[in-house]
Amino acid sequence: MTRKFKTLSVLAAGLTLALALGGCGGGSKSGGGDTVKLGGNLEMTGGSASYGISSKNAIELAIKQLNEKGGVNGKKLSLVVADNKSEATEATNAMQKLITQDKVAGVIGPNLSSAVIASTVVSGGAKTADIAPMATNPKVTVDDAGKVKPYNFRACFIDPFQGTVMARFALDTLHVKKAAIMIDNSSDYSKGLAQFFKEQFTKGGGTVVGEEVYLQKDTDFKATLTKLKSAGPDFLYIPGYYQEVGMIVKQAKELGLNVAMAGGDGWDSAKLAEIALPENLNNCYFSSLYSPDDDSALNKEFVAAYEKEYKAKPDVFAALSYDSTLLFAKAMEAAKSTDPEKIAAALETLDGFVGVSGPVKFDKFHNPIKAAVIIELKNGKQTFRTKVNP
Amino acid sequence: MDSGFMHQFVQQLINGVSLGSIYALIALGYTMIYGILKLINFAHGDVYMLGAYIGFFCTSMLKLSFLPSILVAMAGTALAGMIIERVAYRPMRNAPRIAILITAIGVSFFLENAMILFASPQPRTFPAVFTATVYHFGALVINSQQIVILVSAIVLMIALTYIVNYTKIGKAMRAVSFDADAARLMGINIDFVISMTFALGSALAGAGGVLVGIYYNSIEPLMGMVPGIKAFVAAVLGGIGIIPGAMMGGIILGVVEALVSGFLSSTFRDAAAFAILIIILLYKPQGLLGKNVREKV
Repeated sequence: MTRKFKTLSVLAAGLTLALALGGCGGGSKSGGGDTVKLGGNLEMTGGSASYGISSKNAIELAIKQLNEKGGVNGKKLSLVVADNKSEATEATNAMQKLITQDKVAGVIGPNLSSAVIASTVVSGGAKTADIAPMATNPKVTVDDAGKVKPYNFRACFIDPFQGTVMARFALDTLHVKKAAIMIDNSSDYSKGLAQFFKEQFTKGGGTVVGEEVYLQKDTDFKATLTKLKSAGPDFLYIPGYYQEVGMIVKQAKELGLNVAMAGGDGWDSAKLAEIALPENLNNCYFSSLYSPDDDSALNKEFVAAYEKEYKAKPDVFAALSYDSTLLFAKAMEAAKSTDPEKIAAALETLDGFVGVSGPVKFDKFHNPIKAAVIIELKNGKQTFRTKVNP
Repeated sequence: MDSGFMHQFVQQLINGVSLGSIYALIALGYTMIYGILKLINFAHGDVYMLGAYIGFFCTSMLKLSFLPSILVAMAGTALAGMIIERVAYRPMRNAPRIAILITAIGVSFFLENAMILFASPQPRTFPAVFTATVYHFGALVINSQQIVILVSAIVLMIALTYIVNYTKIGKAMRAVSFDADAARLMGINIDFVISMTFALGSALAGAGGVLVGIYYNSIEPLMGMVPGIKAFVAAVLGGIGIIPGAMMGGIILGVVEALVSGFLSSTFRDAAAFAILIIILLYKPQGLLGKNVREKV
């Protein structure tokens, strides 16, 4: 940051404060000065604080890199963070503050679906674009009537897509033909993944030989697994969360069900190997939005820069928040403007964007069409296996 | 699988018996406490959870092996059972039964939330105290942990039967259960007997907690809720207040659950368990081993 820029931003902040104190909502749009403000409606405190902190780190890194390259449309970017305390009501307040007081050009966040859904009323009403890096609920970009919300986007794919990806990986790479499915009946996430997996798997020539359900907090799966085993599957799909998945994998191996097993990003926890025991986690795969081990040049560069700055590997929240920032920058360039409404319009038609998590293009429901990564577990250790394109 | 059905059936029996012996261990405590106090101790499932956590503490922090851990857990839960009885139930001894029942639910919530406060709601991973060797008999699979659970459950049940039938305290328990006032007149210290009943019942639940922790590898503060209710069903099924009934009820429930998940659908598993409760209450409310005793009016 240059000294001049600092003075300017202090002035700008003072001006905003004066306007806010005067109770006046009007004033110049964010594009007035030499800087463009992006808002971060993030989980800085509360139960999901780790998500928000990762996001903030990545956005700041992206902005720093963009500014070093001369900014966007000749203007420098800056970040204003508002803490949403991991709560839906606070997220709405934070959105209000960012848009009316800070006059940001666009907002990144929140990460929690419930918080995004609550705050889209504000961002939509103010006609300011919002990209939620990691909110996977379909309702984030679509209202109750099924109509797309014009100013809301997300950087992650929606959950059920993982089922499609895994079915393709199972058929094309693992060459399996007979799948059994264990569904967590208490979770829409699990049911969605299972449904999409089933559709894609049968469409691709496979058969689903068995389908059983369980509930969260169940501990004994042997009876169900014995039944599935007798159907003779060569692949077991368990789109659940690590707690039950760990026990299912362990008990399946104990019953001698030695087939490839797979699931969604609910598997992504260090606890999985503790519960299932590392020796049982071989020939196991899960789909995810992002892996720091992804071998694309862009990602390698990002991981190196992030590690240098924060002494830690970026997680999925960091990667998608980084991409969200770059998406805004790209949209501003395309719109040749920092007017929030024009940025939103540019995001909608954005083409040829490549981020650290792969190329992104928005479909008509503002969900990105992008690749998923498949992580393989070897003795309980996560390794990047491949990337599956949509 | 060729001769599939028989194999599957026997395998499901094995699965069911190992699950059922855990229900039985918890059901025993339910039934003993009911037998003596006519109280359904809804906090019993949480005592089982407490046992699992004490076992976890012993194995992961103190690095104790299986036997000392389970003994410490049993001693710890026995003490907890006595404290719960002294603090929560004894002052309510002469209160209406519904008041004590509500107290029991309160104790249950207290234990669950206290554990969430101290140990966090995150599930803990139980260290493997002994490796699970898998034995194959043709297509049948039995795991050494299943055998340990079954053997421990049988040993504990034999010990309990011995204590209840052949020791002085056991005789006193039976006397109090039969007629508390008459027992008091005969010079039996009722408070002490009730205290000991809680200790014994809770120790069994604690042992069950440790066994489950080892078997499933994972424990959490709310783990007692569902097994607690299932064990209650098992106790009612066998005849609440009757010790062999609780063992039988537990095993039957475990086997029924395994068979239902195995041959019908896993969706119906819990429904089957509670359907059993409803059917028993409708047609044989005194339970399988219960005698039809007319209420004296």
